[in-house]
Amino acid sequence: MPAEQSRLTWLIGGAQGSGVDSAANIFARACAFGGLQVYAQREYYSNIMGKHSYYQVAVADRALGAPRDQADLLVSFDAETVFLHARQVCASGGLIYDPKLAETPLERAAAMEERARTSLAHYLVDEQGLDETLGSMIQAAQARGVHCFPIPYRELLQKLADETGTALSSLKRVINLLAVAASCALLQYPLEPLLRALAAVFAGKAKVIKLNSRACELTYQYVADSFAGEKLARHLEPVETDQLRIYLTGTEAVALGKIAAGCSLQAYYPISPATDESSYLDAHALVPLKSPPGEPAKQAALIVLQTEDEIAAITAATGAALAGARAATSTSGPGFCLMTEALGWAGINEVPLVISLYQRGGPSTGLPTRTEQGDLRFVLHAGHGEFPRLVLASGDLSECFHDAIRVFNWAERYQTPVIHLLDKALSSAGQTLPPFELEGVRLDRGLRAYEASEGEYRRFAWSESGISPRTVLGQAGGMFWNTGDEHDETGHITEDPLVRDQMMEKRARKLQTAAQEIPEAEKFNLFGDPDAETMIVSWGSPKGAILEALEVLKAEGHSLSFLQVRLLWPLPARALEALLRRAKRRIAVENNYSGQLAGLIREQTGIKIEQLIVKYNGRPILSDELSEALKALLATKPGDSSSQKVVLTHGI
Amino acid sequence: MAYKLSDFKTEVHVDWCPGCGDYGILSSIQMALAGLNVPPQRTAIFSGIGCSGKTTHYVKAYGVHTLHGRVLPYATGAKLANPNLLVIAVGGDGDGLGIGAGHFIGAGRRNLDITYVLFNNGVYGLTKGQASPTLKLGMQTKGLSQPNPNEGVNPLMLALAAGYTFMARGYAFNVPELVKLIRQGVEHHGSSFIEVLQPCPTYNNLNTRDWYGGLDRPDPETGRAQPRVYSLADTGYDPLLTPEMSEEQTHELLGRYVARTSEWGERIPVGVFLINRTTSTYEERISRRIPFYTQQTPAERVIADEAGRPTVDLSPLLAELRVS
Repeated sequence: MPAEQSRLTWLIGGAQGSGVDSAANIFARACAFGGLQVYAQREYYSNIMGKHSYYQVAVADRALGAPRDQADLLVSFDAETVFLHARQVCASGGLIYDPKLAETPLERAAAMEERARTSLAHYLVDEQGLDETLGSMIQAAQARGVHCFPIPYRELLQKLADETGTALSSLKRVINLLAVAASCALLQYPLEPLLRALAAVFAGKAKVIKLNSRACELTYQYVADSFAGEKLARHLEPVETDQLRIYLTGTEAVALGKIAAGCSLQAYYPISPATDESSYLDAHALVPLKSPPGEPAKQAALIVLQTEDEIAAITAATGAALAGARAATSTSGPGFCLMTEALGWAGINEVPLVISLYQRGGPSTGLPTRTEQGDLRFVLHAGHGEFPRLVLASGDLSECFHDAIRVFNWAERYQTPVIHLLDKALSSAGQTLPPFELEGVRLDRGLRAYEASEGEYRRFAWSESGISPRTVLGQAGGMFWNTGDEHDETGHITEDPLVRDQMMEKRARKLQTAAQEIPEAEKFNLFGDPDAETMIVSWGSPKGAILEALEVLKAEGHSLSFLQVRLLWPLPARALEALLRRAKRRIAVENNYSGQLAGLIREQTGIKIEQLIVKYNGRPILSDELSEALKALLATKPGDSSSQKVVLTHGI
Repeated sequence: MAYKLSDFKTEVHVDWCPGCGDYGILSSIQMALAGLNVPPQRTAIFSGIGCSGKTTHYVKAYGVHTLHGRVLPYATGAKLANPNLLVIAVGGDGDGLGIGAGHFIGAGRRNLDITYVLFNNGVYGLTKGQASPTLKLGMQTKGLSQPNPNEGVNPLMLALAAGYTFMARGYAFNVPELVKLIRQGVEHHGSSFIEVLQPCPTYNNLNTRDWYGGLDRPDPETGRAQPRVYSLADTGYDPLLTPEMSEEQTHELLGRYVARTSEWGERIPVGVFLINRTTSTYEERISRRIPFYTQQTPAERVIADEAGRPTVDLSPLLAELRVS
């Protein structure tokens, strides 16, 4: 691909249940099989069937890490997708639609939000002087230079039915694939990697593969015959690569990290957007172990327990951790709310416990399937009373994997709960990556008293570091007691004021130990020009959009640095302060309302981050809207009060 | 090796009120454990919150005093991670059937091999005598300003509905019988539920030791007290449900179960109400998928070599995700 066209944004939409996900999955794999790299992001309603969902797949010959607002090619097979997304297509881009729907009026898109419908009516009627039909949307798009391609899905299906002797009614599920095939053909992408993707997705289902492959061939032929003259400005070419790649989602990356870390029990209660992680683990309950060549493959057990609620999930995981298992739970905001009492229990009893928290829009049920970074302040303080916890936020899928291992090491080393902070944007991001390497990975099980002698062992014995050698339930010679009450060194209840002080201080010391021991490279990353006047500060999933925006701005002559804070608690305040002081202008970018990290930094370092770019509409920060916002901010003076808080609002 | 009662006693001062039924239950648990021939360190006792929650501190075995209502999921996690542990959960009626009712049902449905002993005294003692979920409708114990406006839940009926496979009821001051019940419960493969009736001498002034003992209703002829509590076994009640039984026989047993567990007031049966051998344990269900589960337990799994390198081989999983 020519350099200026090195990124293509492909967008498919449709009613939930109509195959949007599988279409995007096939397209992403087809690109990957052609040596290209992919970043995909899924948006969907909290609904089983009928509401609008869409999938954006960005493709390039290099690694990508964020969604964009603007699409190069919109792929649709229903009306609502055209209405909602046509205006996102860039001027020279393309739009695939079903010509049968041309007369469909706006009001027939029944599942559409009223606000969107009103806004579209205004656009079509008042601004464009057109009527409220899909045909008008197409007309308006064409007027902007968008190439619109009618694909008669029904006719193609009929042809497929006649040719293969299959009933038309049973071919409905193929429509999404026709849309993918049409888009590939229009992008002049070869058929072969698409067929490979089909073979991979439908592995073991020869009949399905055959039927779908034929559907793709027919569509390619149709496109060649019908749109020979009309060309898309953009095309997609396979590239040669000898790099091994995998394609996976954020939840899969976390799950793989847990498996690598030796997690042997995960307890969970179903909740969006965390459940996919537990489902993956459950499907891989028999964990493959390394075995010497020639010997039969060995396996280990990973128990995935679906509990009656989130309280049972965290408490069962805690019980398993007490027995010696590496144990975890995985949840989202509402579930974590229920877990907080048990979080404190794990804190006071110094239990190594891992909680993977996928943030979603809050408060309450909020936006169950949409993203937000609204829980930072919550996880820092969740639970009554004071106890140590570590909080680590991942910014991309690679970090998701390695951090999932890291949090188990920390949990066991510091014998306390560790929260792995994730979000919906990470969970539903799909990405091509080199296969994860375990080469440098080491597992640290922390201080254990393997040879404890009966009568002398004290589970919570005083120590300089705050860490006491641990035994596990069932171990000979290491008997202990736990209680949610304050306890003495053996674990029995006490209300003695002196012992209370000692225990509070012992637990608190562990956090100081952690802060000293954890290497700086695991606490934060600094990207871009370290001497730049302007520093962006962020955490978690906006990382990808920020890095892309940095590139765009660099090309336009703006030099910036980006401080990605990873260890949010204990916050490496001194190191952050030194870095922050080097910048003249500091801008926090966060997927929440108030700039929670900016607030935490001010609390811990005294430094006020003057400018905030925030987004709280439930959609991830898009790289193009972010670079525009940054450009606008850079044009103002740092102290300009009108630019202190910029709210990003894009996303459907 | 044979164990003595003292092997299961700690030095911790027992701080229950004089005359509390908890003493009888604690002794029964300790005696049952001493008779089981399982080393104390292979035993883990979990408790909820309330007076009964302190039980773990008085028993010399791994003791985990958990959160209010959450004893069963803590115990479940430990037992799942190490199925070779002997796991006993204890808790009060408010803990298990009020705040923890959801877990009571969840545990019954799983049928994990654990034993749950419910201390039932009809009141929340440690918070000064509020009505518990088992206090009957219209009862006004001395901490209440008005008669209880809620019907009391029947723990044994709830246990049946939830799927426990061993159900029994004991009385805190009939220690020899309670020891037997706990022992049977522990030896049963599957989730055992043992309700223990116990007076709260401080806050339940209705269901007292004298009341259970029938001191208020002497035999008109002999003048001797006629205890309300009677042994189910003495009536010829057979609690065994086996796969060989016909539908009719099963229905007959369940009918008896409902009838006997519904008795309250003048006659209160204790003993084993049901032993259900028609279903599998959770461990068996897991073992069908993971045949080595009980030999290579999740808790004891070796996850790294001596240098800390993971023992897991990710390559088959990564191969599933390959796109090149």
